[in-house]
This record gives sequence, C-alpha cells and structure tokens, in this order.
Amino acid sequence: MPNFFYQVNFYLFGLIAIASSITFVTRKSPVAAALWLVNTMFCLAALYVMLEAQFIGVIQVLVYAGAIMVVFLFVVMLLNLGHPAEIADIRGKWGRLAASLLGLALLAQVMALAGKRLPEPFTPGGGYNPDVVRDLGAVGSVAQPLFNEYLLAFELTSVLLLVAIVGAVVIGRRRRIDAR
Amino acid sequence: MLAESLALSAVLFSIGAIGVLTRRNAIIIFMCVELMLNAVNLTFVALSKVYGTAGQVFVVFVMTVAAAEAAVGLAIIIAIFRHKQTVNLENINLLKG
Repeated sequence: MPNFFYQVNFYLFGLIAIASSITFVTRKSPVAAALWLVNTMFCLAALYVMLEAQFIGVIQVLVYAGAIMVVFLFVVMLLNLGHPAEIADIRGKWGRLAASLLGLALLAQVMALAGKRLPEPFTPGGGYNPDVVRDLGAVGSVAQPLFNEYLLAFELTSVLLLVAIVGAVVIGRRRRIDAR
Repeated sequence: MLAESLALSAVLFSIGAIGVLTRRNAIIIFMCVELMLNAVNLTFVALSKVYGTAGQVFVVFVMTVAAAEAAVGLAIIIAIFRHKQTVNLENINLLKG
C-alpha cells in the first residue's frame, strides 16, 4: 500500500493534468493551447516517474515537451498564427453538443472497461521487479527487451523515421512553379 | 494506483477526442491527437507495473511514431497554408462532394 505522501502527489499531478488539458482544449490562441499541453505533459512525466518508469518520464520531457511541442510552436510562428483566428475556431452549438456526448460515451465505455478485473500476468512475476531494476538500472530494464525481443520493430522504427524526415522535407519544400 | 492511472488516462483520452471533434484549427487538432497518444502511453506505463517492462518499450515506439507523425503532418499543414493561406478546416474542403 503506497504511503499518504505518494497518494497525495499522485492525485495532485493527476488533477493538474486534467485541469490543464481542459484549459488546453478551450484556449483560442494556438500558443496558449500549446503551452497548456506542455503543462499536461510535464504532469504525465511526473506520474511516469511515480509509476516506476523513470526512463519514460525523462523521455517524455525531452521528446514530447522538448522536441515535438517546440516543432508545433515553430510552425505556429512560421505561419504567423499566434493570434486567435478571425473565423470561429470552435464549432457551433450543435457540433459542441454532439462532441461532448460522443466524448462522454467514450469515457463511459473506457471507464466500464477499467472497472473490470484485470487478467493475471502471462508470466508469473513478470511485473515490476525491484531486483531486476537494481541489477540492470532503470534504463537497462527497458533496453533489455527493446534490443532483444523487439529488435526487429526497433530497426523498422529507424526506417520509419528516415521516411518521415524525407517526407517532411519533400512536402514542406517551397516549389518554384514559375521557374519550370 | 493502477485504477486511478487508467481512469486518468480515460479522461485525458476523452478530452483529446472532444478537442478533435470541436476545434477547426488544424494545428490544435494535431495537438489533441498528441494528447490522446499521451493518454495511451499512461495506460501502457501503468500496466507495465503489473505485466512487465514490455509496456515501456511500446511507449518508446509510440513516441517515435508520434514524432514522425508530427513532422509529416506539420509539413502537410505548411504546404496547405502556402496553397490556401489558412489552417481552418472550414476552408479546406477540396474533397467535399
């Protein structure tokens, strides 16, 4: 049973994450929305660390908050979209109502699933094991399956990244129609 | 804390889905998709405490795919903006019947 301090912090970060994600969805300005999303991601990183996934927490801050969101902000800056749009950005009353109903239905479904009892682990003792983490370290315990069982998927990921780089450069390139 | 994590993940995913459905700014819709991916990552991490570290490996893969998706998607948004001078989805209706 986790201690009281742990639980209070867990609920605190969870509530901040929910509050800042709601603020993120309702902001008009894209820059404000992006910064609230960064706040949500920081809270999630704290939760990852509390769930014994320290490496994922660090990667969350570095890759998500540090790299992906900076790319988003760069695009907002490049396209000069920082000010709220002149046309209504949020859909009308009926669209909002339908979206809320759909979101609530989705939430009810996932909650009903989460209330079910979870199946037993496939391999006994396959969960979080402090001895393994002490031997391999927080990074090693992630790297061990990544470079053994999931090596093929890891190599395919590198191909995916290469394709994404080439695709982004080709699509984002400025074409000179008049030069042709 | 497994049940709380799964509930938080469900709430964040629903907020992201509502954002995708209600907003018209393409960049904000993209960010909502990122929020949904984050919610799924939280599920993976929470379940990895019970079922083993393979869940954390999947989180690494999801983050890589999210990075690739953000790069290509934002390039497409820039290309559309050059063409149409807007990122509002109301005005991007080439495929509308």
